[in-house]
Amino acid sequence: MDTQDLIRAMAADTRRQALPLATAWRVALALALVLAGAVFALALGPRPDALASLETARFVFKFVVTLALAASAFVLLRRLVRPGEEARAPLGWLLAGPLLLLAAVGLELLAVPSADWAVRLVGVNARVCLTFIPLIGAAPLVVFLAVLRHGAPARPALAGAVAGLLAGGLAGAFYAAHCPDDSPLFVAAWYSLAIAGLAGAGALLAPRVARW
Amino acid sequence: MSGKNERELADLLRAALAGDERCYSAFLDRVAGLVRAYARGKITHGGVDAEDVVQEVLLAIHLKRHTWLPEAPVLPWVYAIARFKLIDAFRRRGRRVEIDVDDIAETFAQPEVETVSARDITRALDGLAPTQRSVVAAISVDGRSVEETARTYAMTEAAVRVALHRGLAAIARRFGRE
Repeated sequence: MDTQDLIRAMAADTRRQALPLATAWRVALALALVLAGAVFALALGPRPDALASLETARFVFKFVVTLALAASAFVLLRRLVRPGEEARAPLGWLLAGPLLLLAAVGLELLAVPSADWAVRLVGVNARVCLTFIPLIGAAPLVVFLAVLRHGAPARPALAGAVAGLLAGGLAGAFYAAHCPDDSPLFVAAWYSLAIAGLAGAGALLAPRVARW
Repeated sequence: MSGKNERELADLLRAALAGDERCYSAFLDRVAGLVRAYARGKITHGGVDAEDVVQEVLLAIHLKRHTWLPEAPVLPWVYAIARFKLIDAFRRRGRRVEIDVDDIAETFAQPEVETVSARDITRALDGLAPTQRSVVAAISVDGRSVEETARTYAMTEAAVRVALHRGLAAIARRFGRE
């Protein structure tokens, strides 16, 4: 089949329009939130004093840092599925969450006597954290990988990793409502590890799943 | 030159996305010339057929045209796809290449014409389901319209369109595996 033949066939196929990316993202975000929320509600649920704790800075900060990560990952991911934009994608934005966390860790080290650092770091819930953040984030990751497949990621491994960060940020925010450990030290150690796991899974899966 | 090119191609693609087949043909035709020049410039050692890359890029553009935003420039989008597909083709041939994004600006200049005209029809159509193969061949090689094809094979036009679309997607997937 020569190239002209191919062009003729493609021109005859103009009427079929794929789902616009903006719509795909809206659907994906809604679906990811519903699925993550369902897993969270069925498996864990918020801790009893969640509402009252909204007055404590440490508790609220867990949402600030996880949602900052999710937001920066989302902004980046929208570009990574469009060819030509991946080269100029603002990777630095991803630092927003980690930098916030770093600042909070600094404040925590100043506020808490060094004898208590280890206790706060290890917390009481590390294993639950490492189990449930990936578990809550798994379905959102699958949803976001589906959007990558619908799009055209020219750097699929990077796009997959960022999809994992987005899923991990959302999962971390849900999980934060359950977890009794509020210290930034705990968040820095265990949330990071759990979210990195999702990012790694995304980086491994995307080049296979989102081939185009 | 490339500013005018850019504007004209963006207009053509916008019209195409609104359903204008003629504009789409014209768009693909001009993009084929640009990608051909680009691929020939990059393929220096053989092993990869430039026209295969052109076809693969056109198919990717077609199947992923929703990843272009109507307000975004079209040439960077086209060349990003071309670059991705060329690297992919080299990788499949077991070659490692580095292509600078900056190189791309140099290749805008003049489109080249296709020289290998009689490509192996069976190769692209092989492996398609029988209905898809008949429909794609009728429309592409024989130049029939969707309506004529529907009459010939006693199908509805909608079914012809579905078979055509799936056939093109299947050809694109085959390219990726070769």
